[in-house]
Amino acid sequence: MAKKWTAIIEPPKKIVDLKLNEVWRYRDLIWLFVKRDFTTRYKQTILGPLWFLIQPLFITIAQTFIFGNVAGLSTDGLPQVLFYMGGNVLWLYFSTCLTSTSNTFRGNARLFGKVYFPRLTTPIATAISSLINFGIQFLMFLGFILFFIIRGANVHITWIAALTPLIVLQTAILGVGCGIVISALTTKYRDLQVMVSFGVMIWMYLSPVIVSGSSLSEKTYVLMMLNPVSPAIELFRSGWLGSGTTPFLFWGISWVVSIAVFLLGTILFNRIEKTFMDTV
Amino acid sequence: MDEKDIAVKIVHLKKKYRLGVIGGRTLGGEIQSWFAKKRGKEDPNVQIGRDAVDTNESFWALDDINLVIKKGERLGIIGRNGAGKSTLLKIFSRVTAPTEGKIYVDGRVSSMLEVGTGFHEELTGRENVYLNGAILGMTRAEIDRKIEDIIEFSECRRFIDTPVKRYSSGMTVKLAFAISAFLDSDILVMDEVLAVGDVKFQQKCLGKMSDVSQDEGKTVLYVSHNMETIRQLCDRCIVLDRGKLIYDGEVEEAISIYADIKRGDIASFTDLRKAKRYRSVRLVRPASFVSVEFLGRKENLFKNSETVSVRIIIESELEYKDAKIRFGYNDIYERKAASSFCVDIGDIGQGKNELVLDACFDGLVGGSYRTEMVLFISNDFGSVREIDIIPEAFYFEITEDNKQFEWNTMRWGAVRLKDMSCRSRK
Repeated sequence: MAKKWTAIIEPPKKIVDLKLNEVWRYRDLIWLFVKRDFTTRYKQTILGPLWFLIQPLFITIAQTFIFGNVAGLSTDGLPQVLFYMGGNVLWLYFSTCLTSTSNTFRGNARLFGKVYFPRLTTPIATAISSLINFGIQFLMFLGFILFFIIRGANVHITWIAALTPLIVLQTAILGVGCGIVISALTTKYRDLQVMVSFGVMIWMYLSPVIVSGSSLSEKTYVLMMLNPVSPAIELFRSGWLGSGTTPFLFWGISWVVSIAVFLLGTILFNRIEKTFMDTV
Repeated sequence: MDEKDIAVKIVHLKKKYRLGVIGGRTLGGEIQSWFAKKRGKEDPNVQIGRDAVDTNESFWALDDINLVIKKGERLGIIGRNGAGKSTLLKIFSRVTAPTEGKIYVDGRVSSMLEVGTGFHEELTGRENVYLNGAILGMTRAEIDRKIEDIIEFSECRRFIDTPVKRYSSGMTVKLAFAISAFLDSDILVMDEVLAVGDVKFQQKCLGKMSDVSQDEGKTVLYVSHNMETIRQLCDRCIVLDRGKLIYDGEVEEAISIYADIKRGDIASFTDLRKAKRYRSVRLVRPASFVSVEFLGRKENLFKNSETVSVRIIIESELEYKDAKIRFGYNDIYERKAASSFCVDIGDIGQGKNELVLDACFDGLVGGSYRTEMVLFISNDFGSVREIDIIPEAFYFEITEDNKQFEWNTMRWGAVRLKDMSCRSRK
């Protein structure tokens, strides 16, 4: 009679195994990681959670001044502050997901070296804890929208705003996907870590955070929309501010790309996690 | 044996490691090396004169381990540094994967974290219990049920809602251990975690481990260099040596075998013909060390005050004028401790040369040392040409004569210079 074993430890195989059921079993851990991130991030700071708001607010003010006033770029006839804030709130979520997950293996090497738990829990927890930041920033954004509507600015919320959860989900999948691909590769090649910070900066200029999609020539527009973050930002802004383009077809492509990147990342991640302790 | 009683079955387990530099390379460097190899040139990224004995050689950290552990057994694992103990536990706790072979596990495995590895400084003791418990695989509901027991056992109740960064290291250890001790696991893996903490708490931990094993039928795998704790805790013991399982059975027997291997290391006669050479002299060397022997001894156990005679045999195809010998001593942390030279051996002739040197280890503090043997010549300008280099020629142990205090090698170094003397006092 063959005995039923709880686990069989064997050399890494090449078959794809996402082990998502294992991640589900450790859901309490994900929750605790999120709680840890949230409670510890701003301990011993004077302004505490206010930093969640200060960051996008200041970036918005700076962009309004430089790109709006000095350079005079088009904002689709929207109040400049709202236009830039709308782009920044979503972009910041994307870039936080990417940069903080890209350091998963190196940042947790000591812990990973001692004990096994599904490594995928760490990037997922990061995405969720960044989501809380996003939520707070999003509320601020809503406050600003309300303020401008009362002031009678040309702003109206459209039905596309109802798609926000899906837009955010796609952004998270893409951000985490890119992040874990990088984190898996940085275990061997450290140079990628250096590339992340300025790569993300360049990526921002390739997205419609500062320039509005409608102000571009058709060719440039298509190129920009092939960047999988762009349609999300464009739709997000169209939904909440009622102006701008609605690239649904490109958004569909973005979904496909995001899921593909995420799957690739998970596969790489799962392969690396078995041997990375020998290479880090 | 009934299959039902088996907790762990290890079948032909092997783990291979590459020696030399692994990882930490840049993408650019890797491409550069690859191009150089394609064009048949020397790899520009290999350092010259590096200390690693070899670059692309691999070795088996574990070589064909087969083992069956029954439920409720408390298995001790002993062996020298580098014998493969930690590798075995790492594979077992799934931190790294085996190269070949399989381990069948029945039950939930939890490995004990090294002191507070998963602790977050800013979180309170209680929050850390939850976080750490979850890392070790417990659900929140399980921790809720056990939190009181954990706090009680850790003796940290008064500080449980204080951030861990305010804890003393002893308290951190206690809390970390308490979490692991109350895990709902069937198999507990421990790697010398008990080495820290005060003696009283250590005893409490060992007692707790025996209890959970006997009462709840938990299986324990325990690695340690401390034979006393092995005696206390384990009812079966295996000895690993160079990746192989060389003994499996009674604890006392295992401990005495372990002591034998350690002693074998310091046998006074060492044949050096097959010893591993440094890379630069591996293939071609006109002169080689043949053997080294400390005269009038069975083992290389020296007092640091005595002078001992050592016979070295060298075989040479060429003649060397004014050759010199260096012994380099490395301490157990693999740090270079000191070197001693013999500069008056004169010329080495063709054929067999037999030398007897007087060696003195004055200054080396107590402990075990690995000796590197180097035969070299130096020219008038003072530059050195090495003829034969054996990084791991022989081992010896130093005992100190009068110890006023315990020497802390980690912090004070391995050489104690001549004590200063107090000339006047007012």
